[in-house]
Amino acid sequence: MVDIPRGPTPPQIIPDTVPPDYMPPPAEVKEVELYHAHSWITKYVFCQDAKIIALQYAGTALAIGFVALVLSWLMRLQLGFPGLLAFIDVNVYYQFITIHGMVMVIYLITAIFLGGFGNYLIPLMLGARDMAFPYLNMLSYWVYLLAVLMLVASFFAPGGPTGAGWTLYPPQAILSGTPGGQQSGILLMLISLILFVAGFTMGGLNYVVTVLQGRTRGMTLMRMPLTVWGIFTATVMALLAFPALFVACVMMLFDRLLGTSFFMPSLVEMGQHLKYGGGSPILFQHLFWFFGHPEVYIVALPAFGIVSDLISTHARKNIFGYRMMVWAIIAIGALSFVVWAHHMYVSGMNPAFGFFFAVTTLIIAIPTAIKVYNWVLTLWRGNIHLTIPMLFAIGFIVTFVNGGLTGLFLGNVVVDVPLSDTMFVVAHFHMVMGVAPILVIFGAIYHWYPKITGRMMNEAMGQVHFWVTFAGAYLIFFPMHYLGLLGVPRRYYEMGETAFVPPSAHTLNEFITVMALIVGAAQILFVFNLLWSLRYGRDAGPNPWQATTLEWQTPQTPPGHGNWGKELPAVYRWAYDYSVPGAPEDFIPQNQPPQRAATQASLQPAPGE
Amino acid sequence: MKIVVLLLLIAVGSVLFHLVSPWYWTPIASNWEYIDHTITITFWITGVVFTAIVLFVAYCVYRFRYKPEQRAHYEPENRRLEGWLTLVTAIGVVAMLAPGLIVWHQFVTVPKDASAFEVVGQQWQWSYRYPGKDGKLGAADIKHITDENPLGLIAEDPHGQDDVIIQGDDLKVPLGKPVKVLLRSVDVLHDFYVPEFRSKMDMIPGMVTYFWFTPTRTGTFDVLCAELCGQGHAYMRSKVVVVPEAEFHAWLDQQPTFAQLQQTAPAKIRQAAK
Amino acid sequence: MVGILTFLAVVTVIIGWYLSRQRLFSKPWLEVGVIDEAFGAGGQPRSEPLDRPARLGLGLFLAVAGSLFALLISAYVMRRQFPDWQAPPVSDLLWFNTGVLAASSLALHVTQRLAGSGRWDDAKLGLFMAVSLALLFLLGQVLVWRQMTAAGYLVAGNPANAFLYLIITLHALHLGGGLVALGRNALRLRHMEEAGQARVSAGLRLCAVYWHFLLVVWLVMLAFLAQWVDDVVAFCGQFLT
Repeated sequence: MVDIPRGPTPPQIIPDTVPPDYMPPPAEVKEVELYHAHSWITKYVFCQDAKIIALQYAGTALAIGFVALVLSWLMRLQLGFPGLLAFIDVNVYYQFITIHGMVMVIYLITAIFLGGFGNYLIPLMLGARDMAFPYLNMLSYWVYLLAVLMLVASFFAPGGPTGAGWTLYPPQAILSGTPGGQQSGILLMLISLILFVAGFTMGGLNYVVTVLQGRTRGMTLMRMPLTVWGIFTATVMALLAFPALFVACVMMLFDRLLGTSFFMPSLVEMGQHLKYGGGSPILFQHLFWFFGHPEVYIVALPAFGIVSDLISTHARKNIFGYRMMVWAIIAIGALSFVVWAHHMYVSGMNPAFGFFFAVTTLIIAIPTAIKVYNWVLTLWRGNIHLTIPMLFAIGFIVTFVNGGLTGLFLGNVVVDVPLSDTMFVVAHFHMVMGVAPILVIFGAIYHWYPKITGRMMNEAMGQVHFWVTFAGAYLIFFPMHYLGLLGVPRRYYEMGETAFVPPSAHTLNEFITVMALIVGAAQILFVFNLLWSLRYGRDAGPNPWQATTLEWQTPQTPPGHGNWGKELPAVYRWAYDYSVPGAPEDFIPQNQPPQRAATQASLQPAPGE
Repeated sequence: MKIVVLLLLIAVGSVLFHLVSPWYWTPIASNWEYIDHTITITFWITGVVFTAIVLFVAYCVYRFRYKPEQRAHYEPENRRLEGWLTLVTAIGVVAMLAPGLIVWHQFVTVPKDASAFEVVGQQWQWSYRYPGKDGKLGAADIKHITDENPLGLIAEDPHGQDDVIIQGDDLKVPLGKPVKVLLRSVDVLHDFYVPEFRSKMDMIPGMVTYFWFTPTRTGTFDVLCAELCGQGHAYMRSKVVVVPEAEFHAWLDQQPTFAQLQQTAPAKIRQAAK
Repeated sequence: MVGILTFLAVVTVIIGWYLSRQRLFSKPWLEVGVIDEAFGAGGQPRSEPLDRPARLGLGLFLAVAGSLFALLISAYVMRRQFPDWQAPPVSDLLWFNTGVLAASSLALHVTQRLAGSGRWDDAKLGLFMAVSLALLFLLGQVLVWRQMTAAGYLVAGNPANAFLYLIITLHALHLGGGLVALGRNALRLRHMEEAGQARVSAGLRLCAVYWHFLLVVWLVMLAFLAQWVDDVVAFCGQFLT
C-alpha cells in the first residue's frame, strides 16, 4: 500500500542569523595546515588522523573486551558448576569479577564509544577534516593503551590482579584479606585508572572543542545528528566526572603506599591493630559514585544517540521529536550529577539523603522514558528495513526498556533495601549498561563498517550473531533478576547451604551459565565476520543505507586523508530529511542545496532487505 | 518477520515467567511487608509499561515493514502526544515514588520502644551483643580490642559490664517486639543481611549504623554478608532464631556477662596455651 | 560534596548560557538552506581568531582541573569533621611562596601584554622572570615539605597533614605541566621567524590565563589550609552529617 504523505507543512527556507559565537572554519584549507603522515609508522602507528586513532581505540577496546568475556565465562562456570575448574579458587574468582567489571565499564564500553565512535564520527558527521588537536588525540590513545597494558600486567604481577570488586571499596581493597590488596594488584589497578583518566581528558578536550569549533558551514547545533549530541554530552560529563575517580584513586594510593588515612579508619585486621585511624570509607564511596553514576550515562548517552540514528535511517523516517531528544539528552546529562548516592542507600550514610536521591533518581526516568517513546514512535508509520543494524536497534530498545524499568526498583530507596547487593542488581546493570549499549555497539559497527572499509559485513553471519546475542543475553539476564528476588547475594564464590534458596535455583544458574557460553561463542563469529568481510564483503558503495548525514557523502569511501576533497561540504538541512513529501527520493543528504532537491535523481543502489 | 515473533515471545514469556516460575521472594518474617507491597506496585506499573512497549514495537515492525511502494509518514514531532506521554510517565513515577518515600520514612524512624542489640562483623564471622539488665549497651571502641575483649568494650563504662556477648553461636531475637539493630565492624565493610527480614545495612569500621524491624514469625533464618569483604565473603554465615519473648529472656539470663567473661578469659587462655 | 556541587553549578550556568544562544528551540526541519547568509555562494568566511580552538580547549581544561580541585575541597571538608583531625601550623614559607606565585603570574601577564604590542625584547625578559619565579615557587613548596617533615608533621601522621601534602603535590604537578607549555612557547620565541609572532603571543596569552587560574586555585586551597574558612566549613558541614 502507498502511504500518501499529508499533514505537516513541507519544509521551507527561513533565512536566519547565526549565533555570534558560531564560527565555522574556512571552506578551503591550505595544504600546509593539515597533518600529513610521512612514513608507515606515522600513518598507522603514531598516527594523528582521527580515523586511524578511532580504529586503534576500537581495536584495543575489543581486544581487552574479549579478555573480559573469557573472564565472564570462567566466573559463570564457577557459579553454574562449582568446582568444575579446579584453578578457580576464591581469590581467582574475585579477581575475575573485578577485572571483568572494570574492563567492561571503563576500558571497553567507555573507550569504544568515545575513543572509537567519537573519533571516527565527530569529524565526519560535522564536516571537519580532523579533530581540533590531532597531536593530543594521538597522545590520548597511547596513554589509554598504556593504561590497558598496566591492567593486563597485573595478571602477571605477584599475587595477581586486585579482587576488590570493580568498586574498589576501602578498607578491604588495600588489606591482606583481599587478593592483590597488599601486593601489587591494587597498585597497578589504581595507576591504570589514573592513566585512563589522564588519557581520556586529552581525547575528551578534542571531542568537545571539535564539536564547538570544527563544524562546517551551516552545521548548527540543531542540525547535528543525535549521535554527535550523545557523544558530545557524554564527553562533557566525563570531563567533569572523571576527576572524582582520579582524586579517589590518588588518595587511595596515598593510603596504600604512604600510610595516610583518607579512607582508612582505625581497624583490627586478623587480630592486628593497624596504624590507620579516623578515615572515612564512606568518603571514598561518595567520590567513587560521583564519578560512577555519571559514568552510567557516559555509556548510555552515546548509545542513545547512535541508536536514534540507526532507527531513523533504517526506518526511513525522521527521528520523532528531534528537539525533545536533544533536550532530554541535556537534561539527563545535568541530572545525572545529582543522583550518585542512590548507589549508597544501604551504605550507612545519613538516611535523610535517601529522600532526596530517590526523588532525583526517579525524575531522571522521565526524560529517559521520553527518549524511549520517541524511538518507538519513529518506527510508527515508518518503512522499516530489517537490516542487521535495525535488528540490533530493536534489541537495544527491548533490553534498555527492561533494564531501565528495573532501575525504578533500585532507585526507589526503600525497594532497594531488600534488593541491593543481590543478583537483581547484577541483572539490572548488565541489562541496562551492558547488554543494551553493547547491542548498539554491534549495530553501529554493522552500520558504519561499509564506510570504514568500503565493504558490507556478511549478512548471514550477522543474522546468526544477532539472534544468538540478543535472545541469549535476554535469557541470561531476565531470569537472573528472580535469583536476586529470592535473595541470592552478588559476589558470592558459591552459594553454599541456605534455607531460602531452593535447589531449583541452581538449575537456573546452570542454564544461565550455558547461555553465557553460547552468547560468548557467538562473538567469535562476529570477529570472524569483521575479518572475513574485509576481504570478501560485498562492495558497499559510498552510501549503502541511503543515509542523509555527512559521513556518507564523502568523496571517497573509505574517506581519505582530510575526509573531504578540496572544499568542505556546506550543510543546508537537518540530519533527518527522510521521506520528505514531494522529494523524489526518500532521503535528502544534509549537504544537498535546496534547489537541487527537486531535480536530482539518485544513482545509488537500494538498501538490502 | 522472525523478529516480530521473538518480540511477542519476549513480552508474553516474560509475563508468564513472572507469574508461574517457582522463583520469587522468600516468605517474609518481619513487619516490612510494606516493602513487598511497594515492590508489587512497581512490578505492576513497570510490567505494564514493558509489555506495552514491546508489543507496540512488534506491531510497528509487522505493520510498517519495508515495502518497495511504501513511503514513511513525514511527521517531525507532535508536541501534544509528547506532552501527554510525559504527563502519564510522571504520574506513573509518582505512583511508585510516593509509597516508596512513605515506607522509607517508616524504615528510618525507629520506634521508641524498640530494644537494641548489636551486631559486630569481622573477617569473616559475626558476633552479637545484648544490653544486660540495665538495658544499655556499654561504649566500645576498636582501639580497645584485644584477644580477651574481641568487641573492644571499654572496661571503664559501667553499662558494659552486664552486656552479653555471643560469639560463634546463633543470634536470638524475641518475637513481635521491635528491635533496633546497631551495626559495627572492626575491619572492613560488611552488611548484615537476613533475606526474610527484607532489611539490611552496611557496617562500617569506625561508625555505628542501624536499622530496625519487628520479627513476625518464629523460625531459624540464615544470616549472610551482603557487602564484599574479602576472600571469606561467601562463608561469613550465621543464623538468627526468632523465639517467643519469654523463651528469649530465659535464654538471655543464662548467658555469661562481659564482666564474668573478663574474669574467666585469662584463665581460659592460659589453659588453651597449655 | 558542597564544594564540587557549587563548582558544577557554575559550570552548568556557563553551559546553559552557551546553549541558550544556540537556538535549541528552533525547528530545524523547517529551515532548509545555509543558515548563515555570509557563507552562501561566493560569500567570504569571517576571519576567526587564530587561537580560538586552543582558547576553548584551555577553558575546558580549566573546568576539568577546577573540578579536580573542587573535589579535593569536598573531600577535605568531609574528612575534617572527624575528631582525629589536627591541622598542622601553616608555615611562614607558604606565605612567601604565595607571593612568589602571584609575582610569577603578574610577570606572565605583563609578558603577554608586551608580546601583544610587539615589544619582544621586553617580553623575553618578562618570560624569563615568570619562569624563574615559578621555579622558585616549586622550590619553595619542596622546602615547605621538608620543613613539615623535619618538624614531625609526617604525611601519615594526621589526615590534615596528608591533605596538605596532597594539595601541594597536585598543585605543583599542574604548575609543572604549565611550565612544559611555557617552555614550548619560550622555544618558539627564540625561533620566532618559523612560528610567527601571532602564534607566540597567542600561546603566551593562554599560559598567562593558566597561571592566573593556578594562582586562584592556590589561594582557595590556602584559604582552607590556613583555616580562614572554618566558619564556612562548619556551616556546610551541617548538611552533610
